[in-house]
Amino acid sequence: MTKPLIQLKNVTKNYGDVQALRGIDLTINEGEFFSLLGPSGCGKTTLLRTIAGFEDVSGGTVMISDKDMANVPANKRPTNMVFQSYAIFPHLSVAENVGFGLRKSQMSKVEKNAAVDQALSMVGLDGYGSRAAHALSGGQRQRVALARALILKPKVLLLDEPLSALDKKLREQMQAELRNLQRQVGITFILVTHDQEEALIMSDRIAVMFDGEIAQLADPQTLYRRPNSRQVADFIGVMNFLPATVTSVGDTVTAHVDGLGAVSLSGDQFAKDVQTGTAHVGIRPETMSILQESDTGGANVTAAVVEDRAYYGDMTYYDVRLDGGDHIITISMKNLVDRAVLERGEKTRVAWNARALVLFND
Amino acid sequence: MCILGFQKGTRLHLSLARNSRKIWVSGLGKRSVFKINNRDQLRGMALVSPTLIYAILLLAVPLAVIFLFSFWTQDYLTLDRSFTLKNYREAFSDPLYRTLLFRSLWVAGGVTVVTVVLAFPIAYFVSFHVTPKRKSLWLFLITIPFWTSYLIRVFLWKVILGYNGVLNSGLIGLGLVDEPLTFILYNANAVVITLAHAFAPFAILPIFVSLEKIDRSLIEAAQDLGESKYQTFRRVTLPLAVPGIVASCLIVFIPTIGDYVTPRLVGGPNGLMIANMIQVQFLKLNNAPLGATLAVLAMVSVTVIALVFIFLNRKYLRSRS
Ligand SMILES: Nc1ncnc2c1ncn2[C@@H]1O[C@H](COP(=O)(O)OP(=O)(O)OP(=O)(O)O)[C@@H](O)[C@H]1O
Ligand SMILES: [Mg+2]
Repeated sequence: MTKPLIQLKNVTKNYGDVQALRGIDLTINEGEFFSLLGPSGCGKTTLLRTIAGFEDVSGGTVMISDKDMANVPANKRPTNMVFQSYAIFPHLSVAENVGFGLRKSQMSKVEKNAAVDQALSMVGLDGYGSRAAHALSGGQRQRVALARALILKPKVLLLDEPLSALDKKLREQMQAELRNLQRQVGITFILVTHDQEEALIMSDRIAVMFDGEIAQLADPQTLYRRPNSRQVADFIGVMNFLPATVTSVGDTVTAHVDGLGAVSLSGDQFAKDVQTGTAHVGIRPETMSILQESDTGGANVTAAVVEDRAYYGDMTYYDVRLDGGDHIITISMKNLVDRAVLERGEKTRVAWNARALVLFND
Repeated sequence: MCILGFQKGTRLHLSLARNSRKIWVSGLGKRSVFKINNRDQLRGMALVSPTLIYAILLLAVPLAVIFLFSFWTQDYLTLDRSFTLKNYREAFSDPLYRTLLFRSLWVAGGVTVVTVVLAFPIAYFVSFHVTPKRKSLWLFLITIPFWTSYLIRVFLWKVILGYNGVLNSGLIGLGLVDEPLTFILYNANAVVITLAHAFAPFAILPIFVSLEKIDRSLIEAAQDLGESKYQTFRRVTLPLAVPGIVASCLIVFIPTIGDYVTPRLVGGPNGLMIANMIQVQFLKLNNAPLGATLAVLAMVSVTVIALVFIFLNRKYLRSRS
């Protein structure tokens, strides 16, 4: 099932003095929905383009299906790309765009037309074949770009921020469609995005990149719950950081956390190279709760004061100061029917779970 | 655009009715209405009027005069102003004029083909292979031939192409030919060579602009879809450059038909064109009406050819969209 399809070994890419990629090691499997996530300028597009063959690597090797791609130009690689601008040929109709790559195929004209129709219906554009390319909306262009790439049945489909030009509603719809399409065709998708939510929703695995390097490679849940550095934790969702002192290291780690007291952490909550001394722990806003007077809470309850709150309708975000610490942390609460929204300055209690903590070395 | 100043505390209401051509400004004490369209038009007219007056005086009026002349006749020293088609009959019946007009069209066509075919690779190179920072420098270099007068350039070609010219002495010196080549001066070839050089920058620029407008990701997309560099050029770059190529063709073709300096200087007797005959009629033979008739016929031919060309291009563009 998990057969490696793309293997990058120590890939580097320099543009003059700029190191766009610094030693990328990466294996992407067959049939996987893989995302490259990272802030602007971290090298996502560059990495995608080295796989597609538009950029030569400065060092390292790119292998697809166990074949070294060093001397294989873009038009000979088993990859197809959906460009950020979609790159729809303005002088061709929709059908001519979709059938562009079929010129050299052995199919008869009738078969080609049937393939184009099928590709168009796969992306929900039945009957659009004779339309002019410029008479399409953003979402439709994107579908044409998808159909044009998928009709060639590539081993890998590369998508460079394909949804960033769409409005929120259409984007969400396309996210679901893209995911379904990938399951349906079973082709490996590599998606570049700087939208962490999009990556979490769609991917089997995500590589988080910073500054030309992969900071963490994991499935969405691990990435969200067990980020391996403060930088990753900060990039994905919201995380509170509290200063801590690691007191003992072993199979479990004990630490004293500002505002929470002594905690014991098990294997997946800290890095292997953890040492005693100062560190930080991270905790997500939704893993903690603001208790009401009637609530008994669990094992870990800490008194706190509401410093500020923001009411979002479905959720309320509280900024609270924990007793015994001078750090303000954010807690998000669902606005259930019987739950009052606390006001600024109110005293309250906060329940938390030690399993939700992640320890980061300083 | 219309509010210049109003007293403090004055509430200003601007309502722009969708289909109305007026903007209502209330709250300025007195209600004032600006007919924006007329104002804009006035302003626009004011802007173009110097050019317009200039064009009418120096283009439309002479054209009209030429047109009138073509229906008159010259009677030795006096002008017979009675309307007649005699000049046209003469122009159509004498094979000399037809030969000259066809040669003009033929030479202009040749110049256009040579110029555009040579201009395309240069425009392509500057657009695709020169780093963006250097592009303006290259364009600047391309316009350098314009720094010398057209006449001087034509004379220089005479020096280059002549019997004892630079080219011939070079070829003889290298032992490539035994005696000077004679087919390169004082004939239509020389006219084509000289005009092609003169019009090169005019042809390069429109093609360059149309190539610059091509989104580079389209080129990558074509390669990504499996096409070689050559096929990408044939299927994407070239079709998208067609508007620039058409513009170049027109820019070169239209003025070369009427050129008379170059054929006069380097064309020899077999390289003369219709414009030379027009000049002869006006100045030497003192037959302005016949000259005017030939001018009208030349203009009509150019217009017809240009219109056919534009029509074909339109059709091509429409079939694309
Ligand atoms: N052709 C180029 N010449 C010089 N530097 C480049 C070139 N292409 C990219 N870079 C640099 O390489 C780095 C990585 O660029 P890249 O386009 O891969 O970023 P990205 O992660 O895709 O960013 P974004 O999210 O903004 O698209 C950047 O610092 C960029 O300035
Ligand atoms: Mg990018």
